Amino acid sequence: MDFRFSDREEAFRTEVEDFIKKELPAGWTEKNIYWPGGYGTLSEFEEANPHIEQFRHQLAERSWLNISWPKEYGGAGRTNIEQAIFHERMSYYRAPGGEVATLIGGPTIMLFGSDEMKKEWLPKIARGEARFWLAYSEPNAGSDLASIQTRAVEDGDDLIINGQKIWSTAAHVSHYAWMIARTDPNAAPHRGITLLIVDNQSPGVTIRPLTNICGSQSFNEVFFDNVVVPKKNIVGEKNRGWYYVMVALDFERLVIPIGGFKRTFEEITQYTKETKHNGQSLSQNPLIRNKLAEMAVEIEVAYMFFWQTAWMLDKGLVPNIEASVLKLFTTQLSQKLANTGMQVMGHYGPLERESKWASLRGRVQAGYLDCISALVGAGTSEIQRNIIAMRGLGLPRA
Amino acid sequence: MELGLSEEQEMLKTSARDFLQKECPKQLVRQLDESDTGYSSELWQKMAKLGWTGLVFPEKYGGSGGSFLDLIVLLEEMGHNILPGPFFSTVVLGGLTVLAAGSEEQKKDILPKIASGDMLLTLALTEPSARYDAPSVKTKAVAGTDGHVINGTKLFIPDANVADYILCVARTKKGKNPEDGITIFLVNAKSPGVKGTLLKTLARDKQCEVVFDNVSVPQSNILGKPDQGWPTVKDTLQKATVAKCAEMVGGAQAALEMAVQYAKDRVQFNRPIGSFQAIQHYCANMVTDVDGARFITYKAAWKVNEGLPSDMDVAIAKAWTSEACGRVTLLAHQIFGAIGFTMDHDIHLYYRRAKAGEIMFGDGDFQRAIVAQELGL
Repeated sequence: MDFRFSDREEAFRTEVEDFIKKELPAGWTEKNIYWPGGYGTLSEFEEANPHIEQFRHQLAERSWLNISWPKEYGGAGRTNIEQAIFHERMSYYRAPGGEVATLIGGPTIMLFGSDEMKKEWLPKIARGEARFWLAYSEPNAGSDLASIQTRAVEDGDDLIINGQKIWSTAAHVSHYAWMIARTDPNAAPHRGITLLIVDNQSPGVTIRPLTNICGSQSFNEVFFDNVVVPKKNIVGEKNRGWYYVMVALDFERLVIPIGGFKRTFEEITQYTKETKHNGQSLSQNPLIRNKLAEMAVEIEVAYMFFWQTAWMLDKGLVPNIEASVLKLFTTQLSQKLANTGMQVMGHYGPLERESKWASLRGRVQAGYLDCISALVGAGTSEIQRNIIAMRGLGLPRA
Repeated sequence: MELGLSEEQEMLKTSARDFLQKECPKQLVRQLDESDTGYSSELWQKMAKLGWTGLVFPEKYGGSGGSFLDLIVLLEEMGHNILPGPFFSTVVLGGLTVLAAGSEEQKKDILPKIASGDMLLTLALTEPSARYDAPSVKTKAVAGTDGHVINGTKLFIPDANVADYILCVARTKKGKNPEDGITIFLVNAKSPGVKGTLLKTLARDKQCEVVFDNVSVPQSNILGKPDQGWPTVKDTLQKATVAKCAEMVGGAQAALEMAVQYAKDRVQFNRPIGSFQAIQHYCANMVTDVDGARFITYKAAWKVNEGLPSDMDVAIAKAWTSEACGRVTLLAHQIFGAIGFTMDHDIHLYYRRAKAGEIMFGDGDFQRAIVAQELGL
């Protein structure tokens, strides 16, 4: 057992950190409002931000959009621990980076795509030129994902798509939908689903942004009206999409902004040192100390789940309990951290960022709202518990 | 980063689980819990033969040269089977202190006896204030012509009822800094003036009141440097705190396994109760708590093992493990329902020990105060 980074890991960590400090625009970490765990305040949603584009371009040049991909596919050929180290440092500085194509689409294509598909898509993804949004959820199919109704009907060399997707995070700033659609309505729900890639620019695609409770346009509803998609855009085999999606869940497992928790906690802690009440720093108050210590403890536990998951992936083990626990635990932490911040700040907590009186640029009030998305998005806490219980512990289905 | 156990540690873990299941069935656990000694000398000798009592001592002292992490692996399994007895007191509190601070002569005398299963030890630190800090050490040892005379009351001392020697932490000098002037004495438990009284506790762990009434101790029985014993005590506390976490993790893991099995077997409303989402979510919460506790405990243990600064990690591990393992055993009770509320069922044994473990070496609030300090608050 050795919790230290190896020399190679340590060197990579330093390299990543140096790069971020040098290339991220000045003051970015402080200005970026992003709340760890949430999906509602990501800076990536701001359209045509030249800083983000430039930064992503530099990441692509270093093959850092795809740390753990093999080099032949445009990746950096590094380990999962190294990928985790990268995510940890990036999220600590709230740097923009990962998205669906690099984290989920690419790895899935590598595993199940045809040679032709690999040649067409992997280089584009690795260069950051093909950004995907996750076209899974539908108005009546959220947690019960297999009940999706969007249809894909064969028509010669094409498929014709009709239906609606919703909660489509970043669809408005992406290029392609990474979609599941029903191709066999007569088969069992899991067996008639196909995974495919749909160009946002196709005629018949309508993207309508939804404003989330943070006031940001992070997600959308998307309508498909007789959209024509070439059959070569099917990932793997027709009707096998559900299986691919389940496997692809593995690739999302390290997408936890673990460093963001630490950074935000440090900022709240700093606030308690600088804020005085009756001549005494808030940090001297025993109740505040206890609350902050509790957060420090939980963040450290979250880090352990994070490293453990990365380590297991490198060992070829399947971290299904650990991955769901990581998601469950960190999203609860997102909420606890927001509540702790609110309690520490009292009246200042709810002030919006525009107020001259706002502390930490209104980060905590944004977080108080955004943590809701953490608990609901990418599989609710309840779904994570179901996975742990049934897949992990072997408890029987209802 | 390498987060797995070594092959040897995996083997130790498996063989310990098998041995304890076979040699220490719950019936024996209950019997020992109700007995005055709290342990079986027959079982003790078997454990000594397996090399457990000497696991962490160098070979030259009759041990097998294992690491602190090896000991943690073993303690987790002991906690899994809630092994009663003075292993923790003798090896962790006593043996590791002697190993760390004893003179060559003391080590040569004591450690082989521990390893062979012939000597039991404990550490007497806490007093009626029940705190684990230097200012709370009020028991006095006054230097005389040929040694010291100890007076004071120690409380909540584990296994003093059976210990051959008690490492008594006493104040030999009063100064501005309460950490100065503390000395550790090796006291023969049969010395005149030593009086131990067994306390009845929730977990039936054998905690004692030990009164030192004009107890004479020769100069040669000072462990480490006179007046400068606190760093040694602190070092032992660090190790013992992580070691207690390991025991608790093992206990919580066992409670989880028992509850999951029951949830699969127990049928109500014509289906196993484990198919109900409420029960499934309890189990998922238990896994989260147990695994988190294990990972954080092993990280702290690794730091201690490496001799790295570990105040923060140890406090974090104990703060989390104390409360997580309490939650786990409570949820297990909720799953077992009424049967778990009987003396016949085993789960209450784990529920009791989780509380004992939480309090020993400082509970969550105590540890979080340390974390806050380490955070620079």
